[in-house]
Amino acid sequence: MFRSPRRALLLGAGLLIAANSFARAAEPGQFGYGEGATPAQIAGWDIDVRGDDGAGLPSGKGSVERGAEVFAEQCAACHGTFGEGEGRFPKLVGGAGTLKNDRPELTVGSFWPFAPTLFDYVNRAMPMPAPHTLSADDVYALTAYILNLNDLVPNEFVADRDSLPKVKMPNRDNFIWTDPRPDTVARTCMNACADPAGIKIMSTAEGNGLTPRTTGPLDTMQPK
Amino acid sequence: MRPDPWRRISLLSKPGGPRVALGRRSFLGLGAALSGSLALGARSGQAESQPASPPADAPWSQSLGPGVVDRPYGRPADTEAGVIRRNVPWLSAGTESSVSFSPLQDLHGIITPNGLFFERHHAGRPDIDPDQHRLMIHGLVERPLVLTMKDIVRFPQVSRIHFIECPANGGMEWRAAQINSLQFNHGMISCAEWTGVRLSTLLEEVGVKREAKWAMVEGADGAHMNRSLPLDKCLDDCLVVYAQNGEALRPEQGYPLRLVVPGWEGNVNIKWLRRIKLGDRPWYSREETSKYTDLMPDGTSRGFTWLIDAKSVITFPCPEKPLQSPGPYEIRGLAWTGTGKVKRVDVSTDGGVNWRSARLHEPVLSKALTRFTLPWQWDGRPALLQSRVIDETGYVQPTIAELRKIRGSNSVYHNNSIQTWQVKPDGSVFDVQIA
Repeated sequence: MFRSPRRALLLGAGLLIAANSFARAAEPGQFGYGEGATPAQIAGWDIDVRGDDGAGLPSGKGSVERGAEVFAEQCAACHGTFGEGEGRFPKLVGGAGTLKNDRPELTVGSFWPFAPTLFDYVNRAMPMPAPHTLSADDVYALTAYILNLNDLVPNEFVADRDSLPKVKMPNRDNFIWTDPRPDTVARTCMNACADPAGIKIMSTAEGNGLTPRTTGPLDTMQPK
Repeated sequence: MRPDPWRRISLLSKPGGPRVALGRRSFLGLGAALSGSLALGARSGQAESQPASPPADAPWSQSLGPGVVDRPYGRPADTEAGVIRRNVPWLSAGTESSVSFSPLQDLHGIITPNGLFFERHHAGRPDIDPDQHRLMIHGLVERPLVLTMKDIVRFPQVSRIHFIECPANGGMEWRAAQINSLQFNHGMISCAEWTGVRLSTLLEEVGVKREAKWAMVEGADGAHMNRSLPLDKCLDDCLVVYAQNGEALRPEQGYPLRLVVPGWEGNVNIKWLRRIKLGDRPWYSREETSKYTDLMPDGTSRGFTWLIDAKSVITFPCPEKPLQSPGPYEIRGLAWTGTGKVKRVDVSTDGGVNWRSARLHEPVLSKALTRFTLPWQWDGRPALLQSRVIDETGYVQPTIAELRKIRGSNSVYHNNSIQTWQVKPDGSVFDVQIA
């Protein structure tokens, strides 16, 4: 599907030589712009945690019990006391066994494949109004609490860099990580491609009250 | 509306009727303007009774206008105030993690004006001080770097025209026709000329270690929005850009720095780019597991579905721009594909029974919006308008029925199906799905 990195590098270097006189060889630092990143700088920004094996999880730990406290304070206003979701904010709990249903419920418990991803996301993006204000201990505690709400860990569970990657998420093995598209068959018929009498309107958006207006000031409509 | 040669010629060859009078008037008006003989026009009041005459001198023709720096930056005409990005208020809990749609019904050409480029934020729009912004590149590299904006602008510069589309564009239509609007059904696509540095240039600068296979790209927004990308794509055609249509990026599009991943779903084009880390495996972040994965009817989910499949849509007529009365029209639309160039667009006015190939307008660029038009004589009877794109790989845009047969109706993303517009005898246009 893709060129090999090495070939692309060589090609990139070749293009550079052709396009201007900057390039001499594809060695690191040929321009010399910027500063080398120090270990301390890298440590300050290196927050990512890999989902499937938890690589990058920091030191620290948090219990389900502590998680309940932090959740009530930091999360419940939007996600509900027990992760049931307020208004249109995401539900974090439930939906087990619904993924084949007509109306599936996608939550941490029913859908997320990897537990360390939950730590990573809470740590990088939550709480929404004040992200990056929670300690690693509290993020571990929230992770433990949300997993416990989904009956995936016992009440005495303590989340840390060792325990979290071991939590087996129910939907873990139901993801296909290679794109099977194109998955539809090409047809380029130009004439008499269908029986005109057989063409029926199956659904229409006319008059269903879901469409905001597209003229004048911004619409604040809600469905009737 | 711009004068259009095809439309003018048709009108002149068939005089008579109210629409023709309108056409001739605009034609004569153009002629008068070209010859500079505005004095030919009747004075106020006479234009109404003598349709063949140009309009009377309007107030703006009889006064002195504001001077050159009256609007030092500039803005659209006041009468265009309704041409704005719009949102669907019931779609999300708030506007901070939400989306707005480009008003495609009012746009022309392939470039989206910067103020109308669709928005998708995950933690609102950060307003970043470019002097404090840094890009860190580290991980499996020989020489980890921290770059300032001044550093980045010094690298060899490239400009490319590419669309960006949210994979949830059209996501509200998986089950049925729901939203009677071009803007809300298709407006999560925009196209701009992006200027910056090739990501491959930056990666050569830091030296990619042999074991590196993936890159994690991360934003400086409150969500530190992040995605994993295969290194091959990074080295192929990705850009780290600081400019959009000739000026600095808009804050809504990632000021001061964003990633452009040509032809791939919008969310991997990380805005407010602050960090690139190379690794040997993907990260499986929330935005590539819980979100931006496609749930299939059998309960499995497809992950890493980055490619934007070929898609097209008729932008005139549409629900927002109905037909006035029977007569000659130009059907207009946009087509695009993440695989490269658009090869052909076919248009049907009878719900897919018969098709005619539309004219593609230059430039036809790789992974960019492409315009198409087709002359159409509307006889005033009900019509079902559709467009169908074929890209240079031979891939044909599917119907919604074909997509649903394979993917069901819960996969949210990557609905690239053929749009059907129902035209009623009064000229009004509605979003429908047919079988």
